[in-house]
Amino acid sequence: MARIIVVTSGKGGVGKTTTSAAISMGLAKKGHKTVVIDFDVGLRNLDLIMGCERRVVYDIINVINGEASLNQALIKDKNCNLLSILPASQTRNKDALTQEGVGNILEELSKEFKYIVCDSPAGIEQGAHLAMYFADDAFIVTNPEVSSVRDSDRILGLLSSKSQRAEKNEEPIKEYLILTRYAPERVKSGEMLSLDDVQDILSLDLLGVIPESKSVLTASNSGNPVILDEKSDAGQAYGDIVARYLGETRPHRFIDGKKGLFRKLFGGG
Amino acid sequence: MGRKGCLGSYLGAGDMSLLDYFRTSKTSSASLAKERLQILVAYERSSHNQPPYLPQLQQELLIVIQKYVNVNCDAMTIKLEQSDNQETLELNIVLPDFRRV
Repeated sequence: MARIIVVTSGKGGVGKTTTSAAISMGLAKKGHKTVVIDFDVGLRNLDLIMGCERRVVYDIINVINGEASLNQALIKDKNCNLLSILPASQTRNKDALTQEGVGNILEELSKEFKYIVCDSPAGIEQGAHLAMYFADDAFIVTNPEVSSVRDSDRILGLLSSKSQRAEKNEEPIKEYLILTRYAPERVKSGEMLSLDDVQDILSLDLLGVIPESKSVLTASNSGNPVILDEKSDAGQAYGDIVARYLGETRPHRFIDGKKGLFRKLFGGG
Repeated sequence: MGRKGCLGSYLGAGDMSLLDYFRTSKTSSASLAKERLQILVAYERSSHNQPPYLPQLQQELLIVIQKYVNVNCDAMTIKLEQSDNQETLELNIVLPDFRRV
């Protein structure tokens, strides 16, 4: 039986697709057969971040409408053969996604894959609703910024009321926090919400903090998930997140920034 | 954010350091952000848990009250609270100063 993970946030531009690409690659690299699904119908971008945009033939709507089989629509990742991508449709309306159609796809994928990662679109409309509806685990991607924290709180409310687990009175979806674009120096100077500030409001299980990093843009420029850049801070942070999710204990990094004793005592950025 | 002291900038300070403790600090923008968020989130959590008919009920009650008393639209707050085995509907109406009516 597969574990279904939704990567969600409410707000756009906080790093959902970057995170979906990174963790699905990380899970596959750890030896687990994984599929990542783009739920952003009409504005697909996961294909671009994964670097498979020129290999998209069929998409999730084609599968729901019976115009293609699931195997025809799945794209094998170029870096890791345990990872597959199910792209969103670029042309059709978001309402083409149906609960029954998505349910059937997830059921079929569950037979073959260990992890199913659902990359949610921004907002709280149909695409976002269906991305989270069948989930077992939710990764809440949040920036240390007021609008993002507020939207995350709204999403938490929906996860606990508008999901299959909630409707069937089953054990609730497990919710985890991934705090992205974190700049410890700005936190120290009081111009950015700290991890503790965000946790005072959301109080979630922390999977990890992704530091603000140039490597994220470099990775998307080249179409390789940032987790493959093992030298980069963001790549390592995502590596930690995947390991923690799989049950390893790893100390949290990138929260305090790197500083020597002298700089700690006398400042100096 | 904030102005650095001469000594701090001489040492190339940018972040929280020993020297910061001797500077007089204004309320940071992050703490303001947190305060605003806490208030907003608490309000939104309570309003999302309310039944969907509540805004309409409030609207209609207000119309009835306005037939008899000259109250403002924002003069009424409505709250539904649930405890173990009872629900309480709390209505709070601020009446205008009667001498002026």
